Amino acid sequence: MNNGEKSEENGAEVRKSSPLRSAVINFRVVGAILMREVITRYGRNNFGVLWVVGTPLIFTVGVTILWNVYGRHGGHTGITITAFAWTGYSTVMIWRNATAHCGKAVEPNAGLLFHRNVKVVDLIYARSMMEIAGATGSTIVVGLVLMGSELIVPPKDVLMMLFGWMLLMWYGFAMGIVVGAMTERFDWFERLYHPAMYFYLGISGCFFMVVWLPTYLQRWAVWVPTVTVTEMLRHGYFGNIVVTYERPGYLCVYNLVTTFIGLLLCKETQYRIGHE
Amino acid sequence: MIKVENLSKSYPTSRGGWRRVLHDINMEVRKGEKVGIIGLNGSGKSTLIRLIGGAEIPSRGTVTRTMSVSWPLAFMGAFQPSLTGLDNLRFICRVYGVDYKKSIPFVEEFSELGRYLREPVKKYSSGMIARLAFALSMAQEFDCFLIDEIIAVGDARFHGRCIVELFGKRSDRAMIMVSHNDHFLRSHCDRICVLVAGRMYDFDNPEDAFAFHAESVNSAETRLL
Repeated sequence: MNNGEKSEENGAEVRKSSPLRSAVINFRVVGAILMREVITRYGRNNFGVLWVVGTPLIFTVGVTILWNVYGRHGGHTGITITAFAWTGYSTVMIWRNATAHCGKAVEPNAGLLFHRNVKVVDLIYARSMMEIAGATGSTIVVGLVLMGSELIVPPKDVLMMLFGWMLLMWYGFAMGIVVGAMTERFDWFERLYHPAMYFYLGISGCFFMVVWLPTYLQRWAVWVPTVTVTEMLRHGYFGNIVVTYERPGYLCVYNLVTTFIGLLLCKETQYRIGHE
Repeated sequence: MIKVENLSKSYPTSRGGWRRVLHDINMEVRKGEKVGIIGLNGSGKSTLIRLIGGAEIPSRGTVTRTMSVSWPLAFMGAFQPSLTGLDNLRFICRVYGVDYKKSIPFVEEFSELGRYLREPVKKYSSGMIARLAFALSMAQEFDCFLIDEIIAVGDARFHGRCIVELFGKRSDRAMIMVSHNDHFLRSHCDRICVLVAGRMYDFDNPEDAFAFHAESVNSAETRLL
């Protein structure tokens, strides 16, 4: 008998079949949760979904205006505040939203785990995908608007920026899995995580370029994962007029390790689920 | 067939230890077979149902399913209050890979929710939620249905319609039922298993099972005295 693949008469499948088949089911399940999350968060009317992009959009625009007003800018030649804000703040939205919304992603949806094909990781995947897609969409929209209105010039090297952005999305995704599982496992984690995230904002690379830092700080700054991203984005955007210190190889390894730890934690959480 | 072998389940307690809820359970459910599970509150009935359904992972042992198994029938905990009845149907259809549009007529007919099917579930009464939950369970086809107290809510008419849908139209399916209602189990089960403090006792003759259960309840009470 073809064990578990499909019942003889009735349609509903069982996970744990061929890897391809379970990948298809996995994809479908995450898609279903994603749609459900979008409707739950943004309401039913058609333009509600626009908020996925709209909320981060307002954030970026607001921060750009603030920075322009305060003139937060070291007088570095060739760097406009608006472009600097766009390449900096958009990265914050990815890691902050992905992790913040993955925290406690499991508990309110625990009822869904009664459907065998829905796993803890699926709930977390759906949340982080929604956030990453939203923040990416808004970054693109804001960038196009700024370029269209000639507030910033087009980037010098879009490929470099794309590469940096992919690493950033992976980073947000991996951190989301870890935070999602940790908040579920330990209550204290959420209380620690919020202040930690706030401090991280300061060192994330959003507000500075490594080359502006004193030498003794530069040595440490390059080990901050998202600094590689902001350096790459600015390298790609401003071109060779700026000196950047990115370490994409290091970030890949960091992401790989984080993803692995996150998946292990999810597996452990899955094991402890029960007793509603 | 569903084969449960040497199944044990423990849960972590808030004090850091583990509490074992099921001890070394073995059972088999063949195609079309109706099996009842009885036991006192806390004897592990619902846990066993969740493990058979695959909602939780065994601590030890295995559950092998060679037929499709439902989620606990009419389970209401998975409703998102701000979603409409149809949204919830669409979600379940997506998860199980069933055509959503084809399922709508049945759900409309069975749930009798009318235009409320397009209203958020938070506006439903408990009876309406029960009807929706049951309709959603019936909108997917399974070889084996897991039933954890089917008649907890709803009026007599609704019960009657559930019984027809389940035991009339789907009489060829396997079912695993948990209930405190002896009469219900007597009329629908081929055999009964008794859970006492997480251990399973299997009986071919239902009356033996009820007698054993009554005895175990008595001895539990005696111990309390």
